[in-house]
Amino acid sequence: MAEPFVLTGIAAPLPINNLDTDQIMPKQFLLGIDKSGLARGLLYDLRVDADGRARERFVLNRPEYRGAKILLGGSNFGCGSSREHAVWGLQQAGFEAVIAPSYGEIFYFNASNNRLLLVTLPAQEIEAIAAEIESGEDQQLSIDVDDEVLLTPSGRRYAFSLPARQKQMLVEGLDMVGMTLRQEAAIGAFEARHWTVQPWCRIDLPAQQQA
Amino acid sequence: MFSRTLYQKLVDTHTVSTLDAEHVLLYADLHIMNEYTSPQAFAGLHEKGLRVRRPSQQMGVVDHVIPTRAVPVSSRVIEIADAARQAANFTRNCARHGIHLFDVHDPVQGIEHVVAPELGLIRPGMVVLCGDSHTTTYGALGALGFGIGTSEVEHVLATQTLVYRVAGNMRIAVDGSLARGATSKDLVLHIIARIGAQGARGYAVEYAGQAIDALSAEARMTLCNMTVEAGARAALIAPDRTTLDYVRGKVRDLDAVTLDAACDAWSRLRSDDGARFDAEHRFDASSVAPYVTWGTSPDQAVPVDGRIPEADNGSGLDVATLRKALDYIGLPAGVAIEGTPIDRVFIGSCTNARIEDLRAAAEIVRGRKVAPTVRAMVVPGSGMVRDEAEREGTAQILIDAGFEWRQPGCSMCLAMNDDVLAPGERCASTTNRNFEGRQGRDSKTHLMSPAMAAAAAIAGRIVDIRKESVHG
Repeated sequence: MAEPFVLTGIAAPLPINNLDTDQIMPKQFLLGIDKSGLARGLLYDLRVDADGRARERFVLNRPEYRGAKILLGGSNFGCGSSREHAVWGLQQAGFEAVIAPSYGEIFYFNASNNRLLLVTLPAQEIEAIAAEIESGEDQQLSIDVDDEVLLTPSGRRYAFSLPARQKQMLVEGLDMVGMTLRQEAAIGAFEARHWTVQPWCRIDLPAQQQA
Repeated sequence: MFSRTLYQKLVDTHTVSTLDAEHVLLYADLHIMNEYTSPQAFAGLHEKGLRVRRPSQQMGVVDHVIPTRAVPVSSRVIEIADAARQAANFTRNCARHGIHLFDVHDPVQGIEHVVAPELGLIRPGMVVLCGDSHTTTYGALGALGFGIGTSEVEHVLATQTLVYRVAGNMRIAVDGSLARGATSKDLVLHIIARIGAQGARGYAVEYAGQAIDALSAEARMTLCNMTVEAGARAALIAPDRTTLDYVRGKVRDLDAVTLDAACDAWSRLRSDDGARFDAEHRFDASSVAPYVTWGTSPDQAVPVDGRIPEADNGSGLDVATLRKALDYIGLPAGVAIEGTPIDRVFIGSCTNARIEDLRAAAEIVRGRKVAPTVRAMVVPGSGMVRDEAEREGTAQILIDAGFEWRQPGCSMCLAMNDDVLAPGERCASTTNRNFEGRQGRDSKTHLMSPAMAAAAAIAGRIVDIRKESVHG
């Protein structure tokens, strides 16, 4: 029996539509060869001014949102560049969930592959949740993944639905590569068939010339 | 037999197995990699002790971090230490797994989405994946291409497949003909401005109609490339004579018999009559003016004779988003976009750095000079584009006009290399994203066509190329 999956934490409202992954993780933080060190790049230009000082009014710099685990975003959250660094950065900065009306497609699958919970709710409901959090004493939301319901500090409940595959990936942390490798025979059979029917689809690049 | 769309046919012919009602295991004919979204994928592979399943169906290109200074390619040096380490790591990974890499010193090196089609590696009916959102470019040739994340890059390396959620079908029909001065860049900006930055989210878009038929293969690449800025998962154009002529001219490894059979199959590759689309849009090309973005999202675009919108129409979050964009771009609401002074001009990127783009820019600047207040750069899309432009004289026209003629790379489209706008600088750019900070912290980007950017370089401000004064 799996443990109940309930995520409780401070939620920070970031009401911007089309918040692209260039803003979530700017280019100067993309030069690594591993996943480390991305927390400091998260939302950098929104968080920090030109002189490197924290912008006091930015939501993540306000004391009541310190330690936030949940981001309340606008529509098309994470649109633009495919950079998975945006997801890694959110997680390294302590975020475990994003709540938004919709997500950029590649960001959505990147989040899923890293077990970052994405909750989809209508914009009006997110605005109401953000308003409650901003006006109240308690900034904590509780997200019950099993029952697919979100609870606000005042006890209001919002139902959401998670696609079955995303839920399974989140809860069980599926080894996607390992699972697909179990279909190796099917992949091989597909290749043989595919290259017979469409031989022109077969690309055969030579190995790199050694310098 | 059900009527199927072109997109459904491409998915069906590449489905290894059906995973559930929404997902299939999709086979990738070609997987393209760059130096910045692949390192962690290789690392993951190494941690798990896995091999690359099909090394000969992988291609690597160093493009995002590469410098574009006008030194010979053979003596190119990446001076930024982290970028150099990333490129070296990529070289090591490709060598270890026997993957073909177009490295820093390769004469063919360029932007991945420019290099792959010109090498004849993108063919109708293929599925092509790459850790880069602009992989949608390949739909121009009737191939299903789309961007993936780094975890998925690892999955493709290990299995040559992707766990893929099948998208919806959208058709965008474009009737009529583009008017003088309007290009496929203007058309796509027009479409994005109308349907919005998430107007095609969740869909594979198939373009059709008289205006699409009339576009060159390269112009179609510009269109499909930027369709991702409307949120689309993919963009497609059914192969026609234009496609076949282009691909026939580029493919190197198919014998005549196979190529003929391929062309026969490709010419029949289209949506069935009566195929059902979940969403449809219709546009009239003749009403498309040269477009310019005014804001910080590609859908914030207006015809060059249009005005920057006021922030007070709309509600709640929409208004806040509009205000944020106006605030950042530093132009007053309600004023005409035409006449806006610019500091920099960038002609380049996977959207607009092919030979036809450079010719269009040269056409505008022939015999004229870049305004003394402007620094203007041309970064060709690849070594082959550069060589062709130099051979035919296009490069010289641009150089004579005062443009910097540089080496290929992604360059200032996303400024991961040392081509970066200074804070406050305003740039007329042929790229695909006007996001905040993309071309440099606090820099202001105005997206437009190569001809419009070239005209802006001469005038020192955003101008309407339809007005003859440009040629004065």
